[in-house]
Amino acid sequence: MIRFRELRKAFDGRVVLDGFTLDVRDGETMVIIGLSGSGKSVALKHVVGLLHPDAGDVIVDDRAVSTLDRPGLMALRREIGFVFQFAALFDSMTVADNVALGLRRRGLSDAAIAQRVAEALALVDLAGTDRRTPAELSGGMRKRVGIARAIALQPRYILYDEPTTGLDPVTSAVMNRLMVRTREHLGVTGIVVTHDMISAYAIGDRIAMLSEGRVRQVGSVAEIQATTDPVVRQFIEGRPE
Amino acid sequence: MIDRIGRSAVAAVRAAGRFGQFLADLAHAIPDVATWGGLALVQMRRIGVDSLPVALFIAAFTGIVLALQASYTFTGTVPLYVVGAVVGKTMMLELGPVLTGLALAGRVGASVAAELGTMKVTEQVDALETLAYDPLAYLVLPRLIAGTLMVPVVVVLGIVIGIVTGWITSMGLLDLSTAEFVKGLKFLYRFKDVWFGVIKSASFGFTITLVGCRLGLGTRGGAEGVGRSTTRAVVASAMLILVLDAFWAMVLL
Repeated sequence: MIRFRELRKAFDGRVVLDGFTLDVRDGETMVIIGLSGSGKSVALKHVVGLLHPDAGDVIVDDRAVSTLDRPGLMALRREIGFVFQFAALFDSMTVADNVALGLRRRGLSDAAIAQRVAEALALVDLAGTDRRTPAELSGGMRKRVGIARAIALQPRYILYDEPTTGLDPVTSAVMNRLMVRTREHLGVTGIVVTHDMISAYAIGDRIAMLSEGRVRQVGSVAEIQATTDPVVRQFIEGRPE
Repeated sequence: MIDRIGRSAVAAVRAAGRFGQFLADLAHAIPDVATWGGLALVQMRRIGVDSLPVALFIAAFTGIVLALQASYTFTGTVPLYVVGAVVGKTMMLELGPVLTGLALAGRVGASVAAELGTMKVTEQVDALETLAYDPLAYLVLPRLIAGTLMVPVVVVLGIVIGIVTGWITSMGLLDLSTAEFVKGLKFLYRFKDVWFGVIKSASFGFTITLVGCRLGLGTRGGAEGVGRSTTRAVVASAMLILVLDAFWAMVLL
C-alpha cells in the first residue's frame, strides 16, 4: 500500500503540493489526473525518493520514504518500477542493455538476465529489438522499452509518468492495453499520472483529481464520470472554462 | 546594496554547502566498487587514450617552438646546448602539464559536462536512481578515477613527444648535435621535475572531471542548460588549472 500523507512541496517559493493525501490500495491501479504543472509527477517522484518533501511523507507499506537511509531507499527502489514520461532510456546502450541494467544490480546470472530481458520485451511486443539503440526507435517503442525495463525487475509497484503523452491515439491505445496486461500478468499495484482521460478510464480502478496541490476528488471511474464537482467536470470534459 | 551583498553571501554559503554534501556523498559511493570498477576502465580509454591525438599534437609543436625560441634567445650569449635544458625543463615543469591540462579542460571537461547534463535533463540520472544505482558511483567515480590516473599518463607522453620534437628541431634547424642536446637535457635535470609534473597533472585530471561531473549533474533546463553547464565547466576547469599550477609551484618548488 502506498499512502501520501499531507505531502507539501514548493520550488523557489512556488507551492506545488499543499497537503496532498491519497491512499493507493494493494493491487489497484490509481490514476492521478490534473492540469499540466499541477504537481502530479512531483507527487510520483516522492514515492521513490527522487524528491524530498518539505513536509508530510509518502509511506510505502510501513516505510516512510523521507526517513529512509541510503540502503533503505535502495531496497525500496528494488520493489518499484518507474516508467518515465520520455522513457529516459540510456541512449548509449542497446535496448537489451537498457532492460538488463536494473537486473545486473540484483546479481542475477547472465542467463537469467537474458531470459528476463527476452520475457519483458515479448510482453511489450518488442521481441527482436534487443540489439537496436533508443535512437532507432519511435516514441511509442521507447515508452514500451521503458515499461519493459520496469517490469523486468518484477516489481511490486509500477509508477507511470504520463505514459501516453505525445503519442498518437492508436499508439496510446496500445500503451493502455499494455498497462492493463502488465497488471493482469504481474498483479502489481500501479500509479499512473496522466491528463489523458481516455487512458485514465481505460486503465484506472480509481481516479484522483489533483488540483491546487491537493486531491480534489477521488473515486471509481464511474464516480468520476458522474461527478458534479465543477473543477473535475471541466477537466474531464476538457472545457476551457 | 547591503541586501545584495547579503544575498550573494547566502548563495555562496549554500553553494559551498551543496558542494560539501556532494563530496561527502561521493566518499560514501567509494565502497561500491562493483558499480564503478568496470566503468572506470571504459572511462580510462575515453578520457586517456582518446585524448592522446590532441595532447600529442599540442606537445609536438610546443617542443618545436621551445627549441626555436630558446635558440633565438641564447644565440651569441649562452652555449646553444642549453636549448636542451630549456626544452626539457619547460616541458616537464610547466608547458607539458599546463597546456595538456587546458586542452583536456576543453575536450574532457566539456564532454563530461555535456554528457551528464543531457542525462540529467532527460531524466536518465533519475532512471539510474530508480534502478537502485547510485549515480555518483555509476557516473562520477569512474570519470574521476579515470581523469586522475590517465591525465598524468597523457601528460608524460606529451612531455616525451615535446622533447623529441625539440631534439629533432635542434638537429635539423639549429645545427645542434644529439650529444649537445642530451648534454643540455641533463644539465639542469632533477628527478623532482618528473614527479612534480605528474602530481600537478593528476590534480588537473581530478579537477577537470570533478568540475565537469558536478556542473553536468547540476544542469537545469533543456538544451540551453546543457550548453550553459558545458561552457561553465570549461571556463571553471581552465581557471582552476591555472590556480592549481601556481599552488603547486608555491608548495612543491
